[in-house]
Amino acid sequence: MAEDLSNSPRKASDYRRWFLKGVVASASIPALILMSAFVGFAGLAREAGITLPQAVFMTGMVWALPAKVVLIGAIISGSSLPAAAFAVALSSVRLTPMVVSLVPEMKTERTRPWVLYLLSHFVAVTSWVLAMEHLRTVPRDMRTVYYGGLGGTLVVTNMIVVTVMYAVAGSLPPVLSAALLMLTPIYFLTSLWGSARESAGHFAMIFGLVLGPLFHVVLPGFDLLAAGVIGGAAAYLVHRMRKGRGAAT
Amino acid sequence: MTFDAFDAWWWPYLFILVGGWLATDAWRFLGVYLGGRLRDDTDALVLVRALATALVAAVIGNLIVFPSGALAAAPLALRLLSAAAGFGAYLLVRKSVVVGILTAEAVLIAGLYAIGFNGG
Repeated sequence: MAEDLSNSPRKASDYRRWFLKGVVASASIPALILMSAFVGFAGLAREAGITLPQAVFMTGMVWALPAKVVLIGAIISGSSLPAAAFAVALSSVRLTPMVVSLVPEMKTERTRPWVLYLLSHFVAVTSWVLAMEHLRTVPRDMRTVYYGGLGGTLVVTNMIVVTVMYAVAGSLPPVLSAALLMLTPIYFLTSLWGSARESAGHFAMIFGLVLGPLFHVVLPGFDLLAAGVIGGAAAYLVHRMRKGRGAAT
Repeated sequence: MTFDAFDAWWWPYLFILVGGWLATDAWRFLGVYLGGRLRDDTDALVLVRALATALVAAVIGNLIVFPSGALAAAPLALRLLSAAAGFGAYLLVRKSVVVGILTAEAVLIAGLYAIGFNGG
């Protein structure tokens, strides 16, 4: 019953080779789009009054872009730390099922748990999509190394992008400066719509888009939480009702 | 307890650690812990995804309607038109994010030049 996957013991050069293959796999169209989103994030962070080291720190520590945009939104609207943490946590629950589906792809009987915990930090939409696409072509015992190369490169590259763009953003002419700040909303407007798996996601987006600015006026400081909870719950109910009706006919 | 509540250099970093890192990596670590024991299409997860999507959409709405910096000086109508054009182009051209971004930016930049925008 023992499935011995590695008849030949792996050499250090094998690890290095597959790590580098992961690094190379990070050069892709999704990664380019992600970089443009981080260009926008740098401008956004600067306008929110966040310093360059703080913006780079945030990029490395939080990584997931929606979570960072929510965190900056909370900072701009003057939320307290508990409210900000709650909003960010609420926006990031979907990381759990993403990691849950990725772990069995990478795990072998010999994988040490701390390696998986460390690698899970790299999970965000882009690296997850690339990993799910490429991992099946990688020998099973090389998959953690490969994902380390892929995810690590994406994080470090975008930390550099944020550093450079933050420095440049201050000296842009007004039109380009405005265009830079439009990048983040339009990136999410399109990518969020595309990633919705069921109608609930589309309704949630429409409700959130309208309720966010509305609660910004009515409930400053709690606008994001209120819009997220009310908009999300309403979208879920609409989804349930539509599903119920569909099943009845 | 807001981001600029204390004047200490470490406070913003602590804010980012607790409000950002802990609030995201806790979910990733939970994912590793649960391993393959969670199905992706349960009703609870549909609700969770809906809440997260509405929350991020609320931020997007605010970034368009109540932006900061130079974008705040651009007319609201132009910001809305740019976003609508980008989203429309995205839907029309095979749901391409690149096409959506380029269209929205082209409309915004053309509009800003047309009104002689100078950031004021």
